[in-house]
Amino acid sequence: MKPKDTPNFVATRNACKMCTPLGACLAFSGIEGCVPFLHGSQGCSTYIRRYLISHFREPMDIASSNFGEQAAIFGGQSNLTTGLNNVIESYQPRAIGIATTCLSETIGDDVSMFLNEFRREHADDSGAAPPVFIHASTPSYTGSHFDGYVEAVRAAVETLAEGGEREAGLVNVLPGIVSPADLRHLREIVEGFGLEPIVLPDYADRLDGPSWLEYRRVPEGGVPVADIRRMGRAAATLELGGPAKADAAAGAWLESRHGVTRRRMGLPIGVRATDAMFETLEAISDRPTPKPYADERGRLIDSYVDAHKYVFGRRAVVYGEEDLVAAMTGFLAEVGVTPVLCASGGRSGGLAGAIAAAAPRLADPPTVMEGVDFEELTEAAASADPDLIVGHSKGYKLARRLGAPLVRVGLPIHDRFGAARMMHLGYRGTQQLFDRIVNTLLKVKQDASEPAYTYL
Amino acid sequence: MSTETDAFSLTPDQAVTSESVRDDLLKVYPKKARRKREKQVLVNRKEADGDGVVSLPQVGANVRTIPGIISQRGCTYAGCKGVILGPTRDIVNITHGPIGCGFYSWLTRRNQTQAPTDEHDNFMTYAFSTDMQDENIIFGGEKKLRAAIQEAYDLFKPKAIAVFSTCPVGLIGDDVHQVAAEMKEKLGVNIFAFSCEGYKGVSQSAGHHIANNQIFKHVIGEDDTSRGKWSVNLMGEYNIGGDAFLIEDLLERCGIDLVATFSGNSTYDQFANSHMAELNCVMCHRSINYVADMIETKYGTPWIKVNFIGAKATAKSLRKIAEYFDDDELTQNVERVISEEYPAVFEAQKKHKPRCEGKRAMLFVGGSRAHHYQELFAELGMKTIAAGYEFAHRDDYEGRNVIPDIKVDADSRNIEELHVDPDPERYDHGRHNQALARASDGVAFKEYDGLMADMPDRALVIDDINHWESDLLIKKIKPDIFCAGIKEKYVVQKMGVPCKQLHSYDYGGPYAGFRGAINFYEEIDRMVNAKVWSMVTPPWEDA
Repeated sequence: MKPKDTPNFVATRNACKMCTPLGACLAFSGIEGCVPFLHGSQGCSTYIRRYLISHFREPMDIASSNFGEQAAIFGGQSNLTTGLNNVIESYQPRAIGIATTCLSETIGDDVSMFLNEFRREHADDSGAAPPVFIHASTPSYTGSHFDGYVEAVRAAVETLAEGGEREAGLVNVLPGIVSPADLRHLREIVEGFGLEPIVLPDYADRLDGPSWLEYRRVPEGGVPVADIRRMGRAAATLELGGPAKADAAAGAWLESRHGVTRRRMGLPIGVRATDAMFETLEAISDRPTPKPYADERGRLIDSYVDAHKYVFGRRAVVYGEEDLVAAMTGFLAEVGVTPVLCASGGRSGGLAGAIAAAAPRLADPPTVMEGVDFEELTEAAASADPDLIVGHSKGYKLARRLGAPLVRVGLPIHDRFGAARMMHLGYRGTQQLFDRIVNTLLKVKQDASEPAYTYL
Repeated sequence: MSTETDAFSLTPDQAVTSESVRDDLLKVYPKKARRKREKQVLVNRKEADGDGVVSLPQVGANVRTIPGIISQRGCTYAGCKGVILGPTRDIVNITHGPIGCGFYSWLTRRNQTQAPTDEHDNFMTYAFSTDMQDENIIFGGEKKLRAAIQEAYDLFKPKAIAVFSTCPVGLIGDDVHQVAAEMKEKLGVNIFAFSCEGYKGVSQSAGHHIANNQIFKHVIGEDDTSRGKWSVNLMGEYNIGGDAFLIEDLLERCGIDLVATFSGNSTYDQFANSHMAELNCVMCHRSINYVADMIETKYGTPWIKVNFIGAKATAKSLRKIAEYFDDDELTQNVERVISEEYPAVFEAQKKHKPRCEGKRAMLFVGGSRAHHYQELFAELGMKTIAAGYEFAHRDDYEGRNVIPDIKVDADSRNIEELHVDPDPERYDHGRHNQALARASDGVAFKEYDGLMADMPDRALVIDDINHWESDLLIKKIKPDIFCAGIKEKYVVQKMGVPCKQLHSYDYGGPYAGFRGAINFYEEIDRMVNAKVWSMVTPPWEDA
């Protein structure tokens, strides 16, 4: 394996990551009745809204403290106070998720203190309890959107989770940045074992919802605040993740603070990784895997066999968030595709190790790049001679330049329809992903076939 | 357009009045917020005095958005880098700051460009960022910026490199202008920087102004090559969906020499030479009037307001250009082009107008589009019952005659007003005299009447509308179409109302000129008459 962590360029050219507050806003939108709120200038909330909306094609409100020059110089406390008051008044939220931006972090606003003062004054004013405030520190000069996501999830748990008597059968599920369809599937799987899942965050309904019969300032759905409080009493935490921020994740805190057993594993993509999740759930529930899932597993393996001739030995480039890249590489290796280059804009230092663990039997381990941008990736990919690119929409140009098809996974996907309904996880999600990959390769083969074969 | 005072109604059953909707919109706000919004949520009362002079209500435009009110607005950086400089293909743009801003402004606006060949520079697909990290915030980012400029130069040898500051840059005290000047000296290509930190100004509008200033200071006037007798610049046209391509074609067929477009499908060289044009034609008044004014002061080039959105407005604008040059040959060319284009427009109107007639539109977008697009809806027989801008100023609502009365607040004072003097050598008295002569024949220069004059009496005018207000408007008024951007699109459609994106055109277009108008008719007809809306149970229907 040839890890490569030192980009030759000082500038980032076509980044392969988004900013920290974006991840926090995504996580906050998975809490019931929660309005994400960015403490900084309004452009951040506008940019992040337009970006997430173009992926999910759903409404996404993010409030802002709308810094002006004055706030930038003298601090943003009064803007934060006004903003919170207005959000409370017009949205009546159950929670407000406050993430900082590079602006408020640079000037050193003490948001925790501001929030404490707000709570005190608010209580004096009206006697009514303000909504729950969850505060995540997310300067975008540190880490990527993935770090912001992890930070916000941990902040929610640290703010709310309470200890107490264990609730048997209660399982915390910390899923990582996955699609609404994946979130639904995870919930269903855990329930299939007779367990009660608390999925944090759960933006499945909010970011993939139906038309409305009545107005909703904050769309329905999300994990209730009351459930987050119970997380400290759960029997176990099923934490899906990769090398990034493993020690800072919410599962670690729940274990050290409340003694909730932490079962951390990679994203369940592919048979091997999904088996690990099902085995864990069997252990937690003391029940066997329900037959429908065992059947899905059987069909998946059967399809691996049937499609082996189409995928075997094909060379793949994979990029995206580190947890997704590691899991995807494990899956591709498992079906006989050769991952040749695996890259992330994240920079945890652990991607190569995670890939080695997810894909232990590869004869030729892939080149692994952390902290990569698309120009470096394009350069490296050109010599990797791939048949297939797996990643989000921003790699389209790369795929086009190399003449290799792009199978879209992860976030953002804004050049295809239905990102919210694309599945990646579990036997079922893997099946959908596998079918997509096989069909993508078949299309390439067919388009290149001189007699226009219709039988492949 | 219609200015009828009778029978204006928001809904066919006249169940609500503009006044009652306004009250409903305002009553939810806490007192302080309400006082502010009262000045921005208006009923367009047109009062005529004894001499028939119509006065309009005063709008509280271009004021800071209230924290916690979810706005459509973007930031200064977005206006500067994304809007004004984004569409120029051969300037390498470097975002100096953490990664988000550069990433989110990477090819997100739908401004198109067409380099003549693959050999010509086109850097629009690149998003350069200094991707600042903790240590740059603590110890300063100038060194990294210098290195990034050097890299961009080494890679592309571009004609020009532009540096855009994001929020932290001004705060940590990086002197981007000094770095740009040093690197310009060192590398021998034009390098300039923009202090367009997101917290400056109240919206992207501040960014437009900052962009105008720097382009004027650093680029315009660099190339004195003389131009043809009917030479113009097209200002405030950003080639969304290919609009500029259609306008370019019309101008070319009229024999008009288009020197520069600010900034759709533009190049560095066009800007550098733009002061040599005889006339400036301003499309989006809000975003570009600063450059038009400054060029006039320094080089004597007059400007007129044009609008190529709407077939009628397009014909009018072409004729206005011809009137300025006052040359029979040009007038004939213009009339020929109009008569070539109009039959297809009539055909399309005949087909689509009966299907759209009487339907009601709301437009909340931009700094000129909420006005210009009313032309197209009017051509379809549709009524604009409520409209407002995202980031415009009072003059864009009430007309330029209010400019002397606009109160300059602290936010506007923060944006530099360049002091410009006539260029001792290059000021063109001929142009100036031509403008004086044409003005005496009734050609209007430097004139823009704004959106409100063109809207019906008692229509709703709402500046910087927010999410909550849009929801309520839709619930109360149930428009047949709502025009905004992607941030509003899905919430509007959740409620069973089609939403046309007028920032990105829903990735369609072009809509400018005659052929663009036909595209727009087709799309609006398709949207307002689509069967799919009957499947959505809207919130105002009893379940």
